[in-house]
Amino acid sequence: MNEYVIIGNSIAAVGCVEGIRKYDKEGKITILSKENHKVYARPLISYYLEKKTDLQRINYRSGSFYEDEKVELLLGESAAKIDTASKKVLTDSGKEIPYTKVCVATGSSPFVPPMEGLENVEKKFSFMTIDDSLELEKTIDKTSRVLIVGAGLIGLKCAEGIKDLAGSITVCDLADRVLSSILDAECAAFVQKGLEANGIEFFLSDSVAKFEANKAYMKSGKEVDFDVLVLAIGVRANISLIKDIGGETNRGIVINEKSETSIPDVYAAGDCAEGFDSSIGAKRVLALLPNAYMQGHAAGVNMAGGEEVFDKAIPMNSIGFFGTHIMTAGTYEGEMIEEKDDVTLKRFFVKDNKLVGYMLINDVGRAGIYTSLVREKVSLDTVDFELLKKVATTFAFSKENRGKKFGGVV
Amino acid sequence: MSIQYIYPEFEVIRNENRCIACRVCERQCANEVHSYNEDKKVMISDESKCVNCQRCVSLCPTRALKIVKSDCTLRENANWQNDTIKEIYKQAGSGAVLLSSMGNPKSFPVYWDKILINASQVTNPPIDPLREPMETKVFLGKKPDVIQRDENGNIKCEMPPQIELSMPVMFSAMSYGSISYNAHASLARAATELGILYNTGEGGLHEDFYVYGPNTIVQVASGRFGVHEDYLSAGAAIEIKMGQGAKPGIGGHLPGAKIVGDVSKTRMIPEGSDAISPAPHHDIYSIEDLRQLVFSLKEATEYKKPVIVKVAAVHNIAAIASGIARSGADIIAIDGFRGGTGAAPTRIRDNVGIPIELALAAVDQRLRDEGIRNNVSLVVGGSIRSASDVIKAIALGADACYIATAALLALGCHLCRTCQSGKCNWGIATQRPDLVKRLNPDIGSERLVNLMNAWRHEIKELMGGMGINSIEALRGNRLMLRGVGLNEKELEILGISHAGE
Amino acid sequence: MKRVYVNEEWCLGCHLCEYNCAFANSGLKDMADALKGKNIFPRIHVEGDEKISYAVSCRHCEDPLCIKSCIAGAISKVDGIVTVDRSKCVGCMTCILVCPYGALALGEEGTMQKCELCAKNSCGEPACVTGCPNKAIVFEDRG
Repeated sequence: MNEYVIIGNSIAAVGCVEGIRKYDKEGKITILSKENHKVYARPLISYYLEKKTDLQRINYRSGSFYEDEKVELLLGESAAKIDTASKKVLTDSGKEIPYTKVCVATGSSPFVPPMEGLENVEKKFSFMTIDDSLELEKTIDKTSRVLIVGAGLIGLKCAEGIKDLAGSITVCDLADRVLSSILDAECAAFVQKGLEANGIEFFLSDSVAKFEANKAYMKSGKEVDFDVLVLAIGVRANISLIKDIGGETNRGIVINEKSETSIPDVYAAGDCAEGFDSSIGAKRVLALLPNAYMQGHAAGVNMAGGEEVFDKAIPMNSIGFFGTHIMTAGTYEGEMIEEKDDVTLKRFFVKDNKLVGYMLINDVGRAGIYTSLVREKVSLDTVDFELLKKVATTFAFSKENRGKKFGGVV
Repeated sequence: MSIQYIYPEFEVIRNENRCIACRVCERQCANEVHSYNEDKKVMISDESKCVNCQRCVSLCPTRALKIVKSDCTLRENANWQNDTIKEIYKQAGSGAVLLSSMGNPKSFPVYWDKILINASQVTNPPIDPLREPMETKVFLGKKPDVIQRDENGNIKCEMPPQIELSMPVMFSAMSYGSISYNAHASLARAATELGILYNTGEGGLHEDFYVYGPNTIVQVASGRFGVHEDYLSAGAAIEIKMGQGAKPGIGGHLPGAKIVGDVSKTRMIPEGSDAISPAPHHDIYSIEDLRQLVFSLKEATEYKKPVIVKVAAVHNIAAIASGIARSGADIIAIDGFRGGTGAAPTRIRDNVGIPIELALAAVDQRLRDEGIRNNVSLVVGGSIRSASDVIKAIALGADACYIATAALLALGCHLCRTCQSGKCNWGIATQRPDLVKRLNPDIGSERLVNLMNAWRHEIKELMGGMGINSIEALRGNRLMLRGVGLNEKELEILGISHAGE
Repeated sequence: MKRVYVNEEWCLGCHLCEYNCAFANSGLKDMADALKGKNIFPRIHVEGDEKISYAVSCRHCEDPLCIKSCIAGAISKVDGIVTVDRSKCVGCMTCILVCPYGALALGEEGTMQKCELCAKNSCGEPACVTGCPNKAIVFEDRG
C-alpha cells in the first residue's frame, strides 16, 4: 500500500488529497499541520473579522473531510526534514513517517525586513492565519488606532476586515500606489479613492524609518500614532525543507507541470512552489488560492499514479473592498484598450492578437469569459472583440465555438 | 386623418396585481401592442394595434393578461351591424378592396351541426374499438366497377394509382409562402408519421421537403409556381387547383413582401414580385381542356400518380363534378365556402360559394345517379372541425376529408384572421425569420400527430357505436344520419331523413 | 447525466427562462408574489442579439474551475451537480473570475448563486426547461 505524506494542511494539501483519492482510494495519507486547525479557507480570515463568516463556516471542507478521505491528520506537527534515503519525513516532535510519495505544501511566511525600533512595539501582528485574525479581534476595539504596513492584498483586506472594529486605520507602503502588484497607477487611484471614502488613510511612497512603542516615524518626516501595528509587507515561500536537502529552489520550490520537484517522489504545491506561469512562459511563485488547489491536485494525481498536467496557471485575482470590486488577470503588456465611465473602469491588454491580461473595476460580471481568453490564448480573430470590450458574453464566439462550448447543438 | 372612425375592436386587460413587467408580451407581439414605461415601471398597451391573436396571453407567465372585445358600441341595428358599419368607414378611408383571411365568419348555417349520428341498440350491436379491430384505412383513386379477368381467367390486379391513408383525413393545401417553412415542416413530418398526406399548395415544394414526398400532394395551380418535372414526380399525388372555397372565382395572391429567400426560389419567381395566380387556368376553358391537363400531368409522371382536381363548392357543383369525373381525374376535392385562406377579398370570402355539406351530398348523389361514382374518390374540405364532422362527411359520401384550419389551430393559430399582415405571432402565416422560429416543428408536428390520433380514436368510437367497423362500410351510408331543424329541401339535398323519421 | 442544453435555432429571446428560474428559486408559490416589483436574479440568462439568442446556465463541468478556485470551499459537486453552499460564500467572486461560461452571478443577498438544475427546489425538472415555450432549452443525457 502506498503511503502518502503531505506537509502542510491548507488548500494545496486538500487539492493533493482529492487528487490522490481520484486514483487511490486506499493508500495511507498523513497530513502534518503546523497550525492547530483543520483546513480553513485562509483568505477568509478578513471576512471573519467582518463577521461574514465564522469559525464553523470558515472550514474549507466539511467536518468529516479527513475521515471521509481516510486521512490521518497530525495537528501541531511540523516537518523538520525529508530523509530521501530512508524515505521518511522527520517531524519536530521526533516522529518518523515513512512515505512512498511526499508533497510539500508548506505555504509561505510573512516577511518582515529589519526595522528600527520594531521590538518596542507591543501589539504587532501579521495577517496570515486564523490565529492572527483571532488575536487581532481580541486586541482591537473602537478606540484602537491601527497602522498597517503594506498596501497589498493582505494589508488592504486586513484594513477592510477591521474597519468596523477599529477606531482609525492608516496604511503605508513604499510603493506609490495601492495593490501595486496587480494594478497600474490609474486603477490603483480608482481603488484608493474608494478606500479613502471609507475612512482609511494612506501614506504612499513612504515607509517607516523608526518605531517607538506607539509611534511610527516615517521617512517623509510624518509621524503616525498607533495602538496596533499590522505588518503586511510581503511573504516568503517556505522552501527550506527542499533547499536543505539540495532540491532545486529559487524564490519557491521549483516544480514542473506535474508538481514534481527535482527530487524523486517529492512533490510541492501551493504558495511554497514555483511553477509554470503560462502568461509569461516562465516559472514563478503564483501565491493564489486556485493555483494552490490545482497544483496540489496535480501533485496528488501524479503521486497516486495518474497523470495530470497543470500548465495553465496565470496570475488572476478577484478582490473587493467596501463594494468596489476588482478583477485582474494575466500580464499588462501590449496595446491597452480602455472602456470606462464614472463608476467602472476596464482595461484590456492585447498582444500578438491575443488578450494577454485585463483589469476590471466594478464591471466584473462574467469576467471568466475574459479569463478563458487569456488562459486559452485565444486568437482574437475568432471572437467579436468589439462586443467583448463592452460586455463579457459568449455571444462573441462564433456559432461553431458556441456549439462546442455548450455541448452539441446551440 | 385625425378622426378615429373605428374604435379598437379589443381591449388589453392587464391585471396590475399580477403583472411582473417581465416584458414577454412586449417581445412577443409583432404588432407592437405592448411597451414598457421605464419611468413608471409598468407595462402599457396600445390596443388599437391588437388583433387578438392571444400570443401574449398564452405566454404571460402570471396570467396577468386577457384580451376582451371592446364594449364600445356603435348604434347597431339588425341591418347595420357593427362590422358592416366599420367596413364602410374603412373603405371610405382607404378606397380599397377589403381583405380578410381564414374562413367565412358569417352566420350562415353549419349543416354539420344540424345532423346527428346514429348508434346501435339491441340489434346490430355496437362494437367496442378497444376490444375489436376497427379499420380506418382508406384508398383514394379510381376503382374498377367490375372484376376483370384475363384470358386465363385470372383476376386482373392492376389498379389505377391509389393513395393509401391510415385515416380518412389529409392536411389540405397551404402554400409555402402563405405559411412558413416551419409550418410546412410540421405538416410534412406529421403526415409522414401519421401515414396520411399533406399538400404543398401552389407555392412549390422546398427542396428540404422532398424527403417527405411519399406523404405529399403537389399542387398545380393557375400560376404554375414552382412546377417542374421533379416536383411533379416528388409527391404521392398531383392536385390541379381550379378553385378554393374561400375565394371561388379568383386565384391565390401572395404579396411581394412575402416572396423572399427560399420562397422566391421555391416558387421560381424573383424576390419581391407579387405572386398573382390568374383567376382561370389560361389553358382550361372546358372539361376537355381540363382532361388535357390531367393527362399531361399523368404523362409527365408515367401514370403512376393519381390526379386530384380541386374545385370550390359553387352553385352547379354537381354538374361540374360530373364533368371532372369524366375528365380522367382520379380524385375530386371540393372546398366549401367556409374554407380558410391566407388572404381573400372580404366580399368574396363572405358571399361566394355554398356549404360543403350540401355540395358533397349533391355531388355524391349525382355521380351515383350517373353511374360514375367509382371513377373518382371524393375529398371534401372547407371547415371540417372535428372527428364527428369527418364521420358525417363520410356518411354523406366522402372518401376522405381535407383539414387546414384545424391543423393550423393545432400549430397555435388563434384565428385572429390577420394572416394577410404577414406578422403572425405564432410563426405560421409569416416569413419574418424572428417569427418563423417561434414554431418549432418538433412541437408543431407532435401537436398535429396528437390531434389526428385523438380524432382517429373518436372516429373509431363513433363508428363502433353505429356497429360499423370500417370506413368503407360507412361511406355514403346516409341512413346513419338524421337532420334536426332542417327543412324539406335541405333534407332532400342532403339525402337524409329528419330525426324521428 | 442529464443536463440543460440550449438550441439557438429555437430560442425566441423571450426571457421566460429567466423569470421561471427566479420564481422556481424564490420558494414562493405565486409568481407575482415572488417577482412583482423586484429585480430578478436568475441563474440562467439569455444572450445574443435581436436575431440570435440562447440561454446560458451552468454546464456542470466535468472538471469545474469554480470548485477548484472557490476561496471559501463553498462550491462542491453533489450528485453530479455543481452546488454552492451559500452560507459559506462570502461573495468574493473568484468563481466569476474563472468560469468560462459566465454561469455564476451574485444573488440578491450578495452571495453566489448558480443553476443547480432545480434539484434543491420543488420543481423536479429545471424550471427553465419546462417553461420554455419553444423547446429551445432541453434537459437531456448526452453522455
